[in-house]
Amino acid sequence: MTTKTRLVVCGLAGLICLLSVRVHGQVTPQRLVNATTEPQNWLTYSGSYWSQRYSTLDQITPANVRNLKLQWVYQSPVAGNWQTTPLVVDGVMYITQRPNDVVALDPLTGRVFWIYRYTPNENRIVCCGANNRGVAILGDTLFMGTLDAHVIAIDAKTGREMWKTQVASTTSGYSITHAPLVIKDKVVIGVGGGEYGIRGFIAAYNVETGKEAWRFYTIPGPGEKGHETWEACPPKSESFCDPEAWKHGGGSIWMTGSYDPKLNLTYWGVGNVGPDYAGSQRPGDNLYTASIVALDADNGTLRWHYQFTPHDVYDYDAVQVPVMIDNWGNTGIDVVAWANRNGNYYALDRATGRFLLGKPFVKVNWMSDFDERGRPNQTPQPPGQPTYPGNQGGTNWYSPSFSPRTGLFYISAWEDYASIYGPSPVEYKEGRNFTGGGPRNNSAVPGAPGFSRAPINTWTEAAGHGAVIALDARTGQRQWKFDMTDVTDSGILTTASNLLFTGGREGFFQALDARTGALLWKTNLGSAINSGPITYRIGNKQYVAVVGGLGLFVFALD
Amino acid sequence: MKRVFATVVLSLVAGAVGVRSASAQATNDARLKPDTTNQLHDAQYPEVDIVYGAGLYKARCVTCHGDQGDAIGGVNLRSGKFRNAVTDTELARFIRAGSPAAGMPPFALDNAEMAGITAYLRNMNTFDTASVKAGDAARGRAIFEGKGGCVACHRVGLVGSRVAPNLSDIGSQRSPGSLQRSLLDPSGQMMPINRPVRLVKKDGTIVNGRRLNEDTYSIQVIDDKERLHSILKADLKEFTISKTSPMPSFKDTLNSGEIADVLGYLQSLKGQ
Repeated sequence: MTTKTRLVVCGLAGLICLLSVRVHGQVTPQRLVNATTEPQNWLTYSGSYWSQRYSTLDQITPANVRNLKLQWVYQSPVAGNWQTTPLVVDGVMYITQRPNDVVALDPLTGRVFWIYRYTPNENRIVCCGANNRGVAILGDTLFMGTLDAHVIAIDAKTGREMWKTQVASTTSGYSITHAPLVIKDKVVIGVGGGEYGIRGFIAAYNVETGKEAWRFYTIPGPGEKGHETWEACPPKSESFCDPEAWKHGGGSIWMTGSYDPKLNLTYWGVGNVGPDYAGSQRPGDNLYTASIVALDADNGTLRWHYQFTPHDVYDYDAVQVPVMIDNWGNTGIDVVAWANRNGNYYALDRATGRFLLGKPFVKVNWMSDFDERGRPNQTPQPPGQPTYPGNQGGTNWYSPSFSPRTGLFYISAWEDYASIYGPSPVEYKEGRNFTGGGPRNNSAVPGAPGFSRAPINTWTEAAGHGAVIALDARTGQRQWKFDMTDVTDSGILTTASNLLFTGGREGFFQALDARTGALLWKTNLGSAINSGPITYRIGNKQYVAVVGGLGLFVFALD
Repeated sequence: MKRVFATVVLSLVAGAVGVRSASAQATNDARLKPDTTNQLHDAQYPEVDIVYGAGLYKARCVTCHGDQGDAIGGVNLRSGKFRNAVTDTELARFIRAGSPAAGMPPFALDNAEMAGITAYLRNMNTFDTASVKAGDAARGRAIFEGKGGCVACHRVGLVGSRVAPNLSDIGSQRSPGSLQRSLLDPSGQMMPINRPVRLVKKDGTIVNGRRLNEDTYSIQVIDDKERLHSILKADLKEFTISKTSPMPSFKDTLNSGEIADVLGYLQSLKGQ
């Protein structure tokens, strides 16, 4: 809808239009369900319960995007990788900054209303970039998980703490890094710590009191369904085998799930098994690691699951954001679409978990094909040989996007990227690293340099590169690809005007034509972009916001 | 004082061999051993790395652990296996972290030193230190600046060309084994970022040089006249990356003693 058209519509139905653009007051559960109908706001981590990172705002178009101008910058005072996604709620923006601050800003000017400061326990144990990716909102309350495994409720008007609940032991390696998901009267979170031998869980807390309402363990205990996939050790095992491996089985949660209000199911991706690489000490499929779980939002009961990588030995966390697509490819089926770290794109029936599609979107050699139920036929590579995709995956936690307008699913991918694995047995010790070896080479090239890429890209073409890959969401067929020289950890945003915004480690923030992948605009933000862009509207002006380096950059047409 | 600290570094690593925890016993600790079918560490440690590590051991470890690696009761470094450090990565982490409770301080070794000490510890049981004939750094420098012609392309300190990678601190960055391979098979050891590039702009300008950095839209090089260029890929009509190093192999032009001397010199280059 163009601005002109919208003005006409406003004239015809002034009251309805006014309500749609200036809704003040509390964020009700119903507003969260209908978040896509108020595109001036960005109400959840992924934009809506459907997690498509797609906006119907269309003021910025392929024709005028080259005129985007920087409006303001907010600089974080805290050094380190910054991965937050802002919320924009009725004229206020909420972000998190390291380690666990919440900042309320004016989305028009970037000026700060208040800062809530939280200092996590100094003895916290957090792997892989101690970070926080954002808050959730309900009513006038914000919710945040902390690095020392607490959930905190904060007054959205004042930044004052309302309640705080400890959900697990931080000194045992539990942490929370993702933005919570509010469903009705509960705030749902999961715990990280997959590299420390935790027993992962997803739990819901009463929004008023902070009391735990339900808890679902991602590693089933004795007597629970799925526990049989933690098989007994062979009587004469030649390598170390832990008969109680499930107790330290990992299954961390570190990206925000989705919610289908009609089915009342919430979908979450479960992380890697512990230990990550030493598969022989934990025989079996190791449910529900590297899986999607569909839980009843009221009581946490498991409705269905699908395991992307049974008995994972590659650290292929299934922590990607579950993207919900209604009437998938005009089939009448509502699906969860999923580009997995293991290099495959999937579609699953949202009601039943039925496997509908699995197709590689990058080079894959850890498996050959799927059986009719969607179980991969695994093809482990010989010792010393590269496994594709590598340890960081064909994609990872970077938010994908689905545009109902193009029917395309957009992925931040690492192409031609492999690792050579070196597993080793490991004994569990509380709070200690529990990976069981690791990748000896994060490339197919022995002796290639390590992970330091930007600002000097020493990896080059020899060890893979980044790309935005657009798939036909129905078939998984690649429609176009936008190559980057360095890799990318950026999320993706698409809009109704067929724009796609994304970043990368090189520090460029780019707008592509969502239909063709053509580059339409770019700007250099000076440091790696490790977050997902969002868009919102204030008055009649559309804004695009993205975190890059230590800056939150906001663009609009002048 | 510094030396005293340094000599106790490996004591805790060794201690791990001697005393196993009760919990490890309970979980069938005999099987918590390296899985050789999956190669926890490089199967072959270059002899020059072992030699280098032997020198480090003699300088920094021998006072506590002794020539045979068994001077501390219940500890036998010569076994090459360590309870708290199965893989080489874990061994490196352990040595760098130390363990105050056992009187072992953190110990900073650069990557080359760690590669050397690891190679030596893994081969201590079979390696005969009496056979070690390390190269002579002074002779190596003479070859580097003279007969070898290295300074025509490389630079150390204030001497030499900037066309090829600066080697002023190469001895702390690359292991002796890697340096030796570079002398004998330069293309095989060339870092991908250093691959020679040939750039032809749309206006016909040609730039030949070494890649310093590259992104989606541009490339940065130092050319064969030591000039820095940053060129937009949109301005190029030809962009070629070669996998062949311009550096010659010294396999046939220097004898093994001279190679060892040059290697000794390169190992001595630790920057300032």
